[in-house]
Amino acid sequence: MATTAAPADRGAPELAAPRSPRRRTKPGTAKARSNFELHAWVFMRISGLLLFFLVLGHLVIMNVLDGGVQRVNFGFVAGRWASPFWRTWDLVMLLLAELHGTNGLRTVINDYAERAQTRFWLKMLLYTSAFLVVTLGTLVIFTFDPDL
Amino acid sequence: MPKAPAGTLYRGREGMWSWVAHRITGVLVFFFLFAHVLDTALVRVSPSSYNEVIEVYKSPIVNLLEVGLVAAVLFHALNGIRIILIDFWESGPKYQKQMLYIELVLFVVLLVPAAYRMLQHTAETLFGNAT
Repeated sequence: MATTAAPADRGAPELAAPRSPRRRTKPGTAKARSNFELHAWVFMRISGLLLFFLVLGHLVIMNVLDGGVQRVNFGFVAGRWASPFWRTWDLVMLLLAELHGTNGLRTVINDYAERAQTRFWLKMLLYTSAFLVVTLGTLVIFTFDPDL
Repeated sequence: MPKAPAGTLYRGREGMWSWVAHRITGVLVFFFLFAHVLDTALVRVSPSSYNEVIEVYKSPIVNLLEVGLVAAVLFHALNGIRIILIDFWESGPKYQKQMLYIELVLFVVLLVPAAYRMLQHTAETLFGNAT
């Protein structure tokens, strides 16, 4: 009994007929594949290009020009955030940077954490921190009170 | 030693090391962003608590770390433009090495004056105002 060879088709993949449409799901799984990774890839390039100007501009203004960080205090922030332009700048920069960075770290975790459990929990930690940073940052920009 | 096949982008030399540096600077900047949103959130607590924490950024050692942060951001930003060009410009992959060297020249040319301005105050406090 044990000497007989296994049937040739055991475990062989189901082959579709030639020229049938490309199958994007594994046979037997209902969940369709999404284009999430493609969209994330495109987002990294678009947000990266915008952040190039937003972040480098922010660094030049806050750290280089006119005394740099030495002149930054509550009054300086109040002066800047009196203008909707700088509030919008900071809000867009916050959202784009946090999402860009979160997706970057997601990639890093996927690359280096080998155990599925480790990957899962590291990403949960990452998404929790991203949610906190986005919520707190947005709240601060919208509710800033110069007369505090 | 076997030579990497021609046209490879991420295996060895410029392509690989710029990728490594892009990762490291990206992770560093991400962790700083976390801290930076928390310190800025202190403007909702009180002016004095915000000012107190911002004083830390003005101290000599942290000021030096800020130059490191600016360097990390600048590299990541310039290299990000290089990545976009590799992906979308038809000759991008062919010129990826040359673009890295242009990037590194720009990095130095932009960082040196910025670092000079950033460290001016710290240098004056530490070594006295030599006028």
